[in-house]
Amino acid sequence: MSNNTTHTLQFVPGTEFKRRAAEVVANPFLRKSFRGAMDFLMMKRAAQFPDPELLERQRDLAEHIRRYSLSKLPQLLEQLEANLTRNGVTVHWAETPDEANAIILDICRRHDTKLMVKGKSMVSEEVELNHAMHAAGIDALESDMGEYIVQLADEKPSHIIMPAIHKTKQQIAELFAAKVPGVSYTEDVDALIQIGRDVLRKKFMEAEVGLSGVNFAVAETGTLCLVENEGNGRMCTTVPNVHIAITGIEKVVEKLEHVVPLYGLLTRSATGQAITTYFNVITGPRREGEKDGPKEMHLVLVDNGRTQAFADEQLRQTLQCIRCGACMNHCPVYTRIGGHAYGTTYPGPIGKIVSPHMMGLAATHVLPGASTLCGACGEVCPVKIPIPDLLIRLREEATHDAKPGHAPLVGQGAGKTAFASFAFKGFAFLYSRPALYRLFTWTATRFRFLTPAKQAGWTDTRTPLTPAAKSLRDLLAERQNRR
Amino acid sequence: MSARDNIFRKLRAASTTTLPAPDAAISAHYASLPRTAKDQLAQEFAEKITAWHAEVHAVPRGAWLDKLKEVLAAKGIATLLYAPATAHGQALEAAGIAGLKPYDRPIDEWKQELFENVDAAITGTRGAIAETGTMIVWPDATEPRLMSLVPPIHIALVDADAVVPTLYDAITQQKWTAGGNTLPTNALLVTGPSKTADIQQTLAYGAHGPKELVVLLLTGEAQ
Repeated sequence: MSNNTTHTLQFVPGTEFKRRAAEVVANPFLRKSFRGAMDFLMMKRAAQFPDPELLERQRDLAEHIRRYSLSKLPQLLEQLEANLTRNGVTVHWAETPDEANAIILDICRRHDTKLMVKGKSMVSEEVELNHAMHAAGIDALESDMGEYIVQLADEKPSHIIMPAIHKTKQQIAELFAAKVPGVSYTEDVDALIQIGRDVLRKKFMEAEVGLSGVNFAVAETGTLCLVENEGNGRMCTTVPNVHIAITGIEKVVEKLEHVVPLYGLLTRSATGQAITTYFNVITGPRREGEKDGPKEMHLVLVDNGRTQAFADEQLRQTLQCIRCGACMNHCPVYTRIGGHAYGTTYPGPIGKIVSPHMMGLAATHVLPGASTLCGACGEVCPVKIPIPDLLIRLREEATHDAKPGHAPLVGQGAGKTAFASFAFKGFAFLYSRPALYRLFTWTATRFRFLTPAKQAGWTDTRTPLTPAAKSLRDLLAERQNRR
Repeated sequence: MSARDNIFRKLRAASTTTLPAPDAAISAHYASLPRTAKDQLAQEFAEKITAWHAEVHAVPRGAWLDKLKEVLAAKGIATLLYAPATAHGQALEAAGIAGLKPYDRPIDEWKQELFENVDAAITGTRGAIAETGTMIVWPDATEPRLMSLVPPIHIALVDADAVVPTLYDAITQQKWTAGGNTLPTNALLVTGPSKTADIQQTLAYGAHGPKELVVLLLTGEAQ
């Protein structure tokens, strides 16, 4: 396979996270957009789960299915590949984003592709496919309404389910008037959607290649399931002559029956819908005698760090995710800083635990720290990923060397700083020597007036730390004497 | 080493024990849910899909053509796409419905016409799901997949006797994958017309697929 793209990931470095977060927090429009949208999504989800005991049973079942699937992942992937091949689908494997893009570019070139229409796919965002296609002179056009808006604005999705959630209808009206030929300003949502529909219908007809993601891949039947409301996913997978699906290696389940509980929880957790308009169950390209559907079909299975998460039993739970976005909808941090501040394809709690495997800890080590550990993400997760535990684990991995016998993660220990190591070593030294500790507290309490008002980083957003006038030990001693 | 080899090598290097299969737990879960009485399933389906913005007409099995004529007239449908090799397609021909357009050749030969000059399409279904108000659409060589997607209005025939309680019941009772059955190239669940809420969470219909969905629910003769 040729690998001649000079592709660099366009992610903003994770170390810029604090600056970007501060910008959003200072922007009342973005704050209002996200707060309003998250309140709405939380309310809609809650209405779908009136019975907490039933919800718990459903979550247990979904967790069981995902854990089972991962427990035999290599076998299921082999079975999936064999059955897809039998159904006439060509299966490709990519370890890196560059490899995935090269595979797709190669298919496009064989079909003289000028235009690729795209259904919603977060994995295609993850590998920055549009960028790679553009560099090769192929127009990769997003057709999900939210993704179309985000692409017109030359931005990235700020939410995995609702990509344009950061934009108001006024901003979208201005964008359409400026960027879509022959369109005048309108804030009417039906009219705006009709504009998108008219533009994109022409493109579905023209495109040589349609690209989609995959919500569930079924090993036993060689089937790809896609979940959507708009119908653009069906357009992309049915109208063009070539359909390319791209997904992560973790998306496979054994049987179609196993999809049913997961699908039911996915839509209810994501947008508070009992079901989506379309559930698109694809088992191969156009068969002999059929009058429509793609003549050629491909599936690109992407690793991009997933095998690193899989290697460790605790981190493997990250791969249970079905990408519903409920964790971000319920996250007090996401609600305040929005999706772009993270600088990663997947924002919010799931982004904080999955991105370190995709991009390495050097670029992402601050993200696991950007959490209050309130636990909301873990409580709403439909497949019961213990997100707070994984955040704590990644904080540890980001600031320490790998434990003996464990392979280091990519970027292991990248968040280590000399100051923090020194401070923690100092604490350990002090706390394990009683006499020295007493001397330390005696000095600290007597000379507390010497505490600096500015304390490296801490006082940027907090009041200074000052030792108490009396140590706990002294207070207890006084209390004892009074009796 | 190919990418495939590397991925499998890494996956196999991890320590995994295959967990117990979830099949029994899934089956027990659906068995534990409250069941809608059999004679109420069609009613529940009709109510649910109406809530999803579909227009439902319950008609006696022998009278659907009359209801269809009413719908065509009311909506001003001049061109109706149909599948000539199906039983309902032949009934349409026999009834002499005006503006019938057969889907009788590959899409490659008439793509633009389908996108621009067809007002509505009528298809059969393989049944429906009461719990969510969902139709099971089962395209094949005679009734192709684009019929339920491209025309602005989709009219679907649903047999009231083929409504099942849940998706799980549909897959297991209709044996979608059991006993050597293979799935069609594109099985579909359809719940209402195409929609989006991507602009400020405001619901709008007719995003890319049909703007309207009309369900003719075929009931027993005796009304």
